[in-house]
This record gives sequence, C-alpha cells and structure tokens, in this order.
Amino acid sequence: MTLQDLVNKNIFSISNLGDNLNLPVVGPYCCDLLSIAMGKAPAGSAWVTVMGNINTIAVASLTEVACIILAEGASLDDTAKMKAKDQNITVLSTEKPIFEAALSVYQLLNA
Amino acid sequence: MINYITLTYQVSGDDFTRAGEASSDVKSKLKQMGVSPEMVRKVAISMYEGEINMVIHAHGGIIKVTISPHEILMVLEDQGPGIPDVEKAMQAGYSTAPENIRSLGFGAGMGLPNMKKYTDEMDIKTKIGVGTTVTMKVKL
Repeated sequence: MTLQDLVNKNIFSISNLGDNLNLPVVGPYCCDLLSIAMGKAPAGSAWVTVMGNINTIAVASLTEVACIILAEGASLDDTAKMKAKDQNITVLSTEKPIFEAALSVYQLLNA
Repeated sequence: MINYITLTYQVSGDDFTRAGEASSDVKSKLKQMGVSPEMVRKVAISMYEGEINMVIHAHGGIIKVTISPHEILMVLEDQGPGIPDVEKAMQAGYSTAPENIRSLGFGAGMGLPNMKKYTDEMDIKTKIGVGTTVTMKVKL
C-alpha cells in the first residue's frame, strides 16, 4: 500500500500532502516522545502521535517516515504547518485514539 | 564523490523554530552526494540530537561537519554550562531538560544515548561554566 492508497481510503483528514505519495507504507509506528521516535521510528512508517509542533516535522523529515498521523483530534500549530509545507511532509489527522488510528493502518496493510 | 568538504553551522539558542535546520541541510547534502540512506539517517539523527541539546542546554553553538570519503566527522561546540556528570548524562532516561521542553516531546533522556548508538565514535569534552565539545564520527 502506497501513501497515496492510504490517503485515498479517506479514513484520515489531510493536513498537508507531501511529495512522497508513491512511497510504500511499511507499517504503523506509535510514540509521543520525539527523542524516542527519533531513534526508533522506521523509515517509511506511518507515525501516529498527538504531538503537532515544529519538532514533530523535523523528526519526521530526519527519520524519513512516510507520514505523520495526528490522533485524538490533535492538529499542527501554525509554524508546524508552514514547516510541513516547506519540507513536503505528509500529515494526516483523525479524532481516533492513537491505538485505533494505528490499528486502521495495520488492518489496511494486512487486509 | 567529493573528496573533502567542511560545513559550518551557527546554531542559535532557545530558538526551537529553527532547531534542526543544520541537520536537515547536512542530510540533503549527503543525499545529493550519494551517501547511502542508512548512513545519512545515522548522521542526521545524531546531529539533530546534538543540535537540540545545544538549543535546550547551551544557548546555541557551532557545528562543524567534515565529509571525507571514509567518514563523516561532526564537532559540536558550545559555550554552555557544561555537563556536571557525563556518565549520568549518558544513561538512557536521565534528563535535566526543563518542563517546557518536555511538553514539546523532548527530555526523555535519550539524546546522548541516541548519539552514541548512531555513531561509530563519540567523545565529550566538557568543563563547568566553560562549555562542551562533542565529537562524533560515522564511518562510511
């Protein structure tokens, strides 16, 4: 499943579309502590978190995750939104809790 | 690949909106040079951790990155407060980051451990009240 396929399922709202939509999504990854996500987030994963600040975008860019999924109704603040546009990072969002958001990705991948 | 190149970055302190810019720049330059994605990730992560530390603890500093055919050398120098107990600071989970930093998602005490994990060599020279120099090497 590519990131474009995930976006097309319409289960997440779109905050920003990056330039990596053809990338395959390797799986969900959950973590809110950026310093742990920094070391552990697999490249190509869909990173589910509630942190929507500018550093989230930097960590996403450096770890090369496929996208950020903001759970629990979290949203990007204004500076983070600008940075996501600037760095072409795909950011999706949902009202679902973290586990359920990650589970939807997992189920789509294993359908 | 280019034989030898040195990049210098001034990291401004307490400015979280710009933290990570130096690491991002090095990352894109290494990519352009054709360095393998795994090595790029190692350098980007360890340098970003160091850069964030400079912003959180040391009011900024200077980062010099030297790229040669066999290794990438990163030297991060600050005039911050110094690290009182390096051994303790190296322990995963040990953190002195203030509350406002924790609310941004940092301060898990993983910075220095991550830097050690992702580099082949790491050395910390620190003096209380004078500053800290962290030297890291990633072998290509």
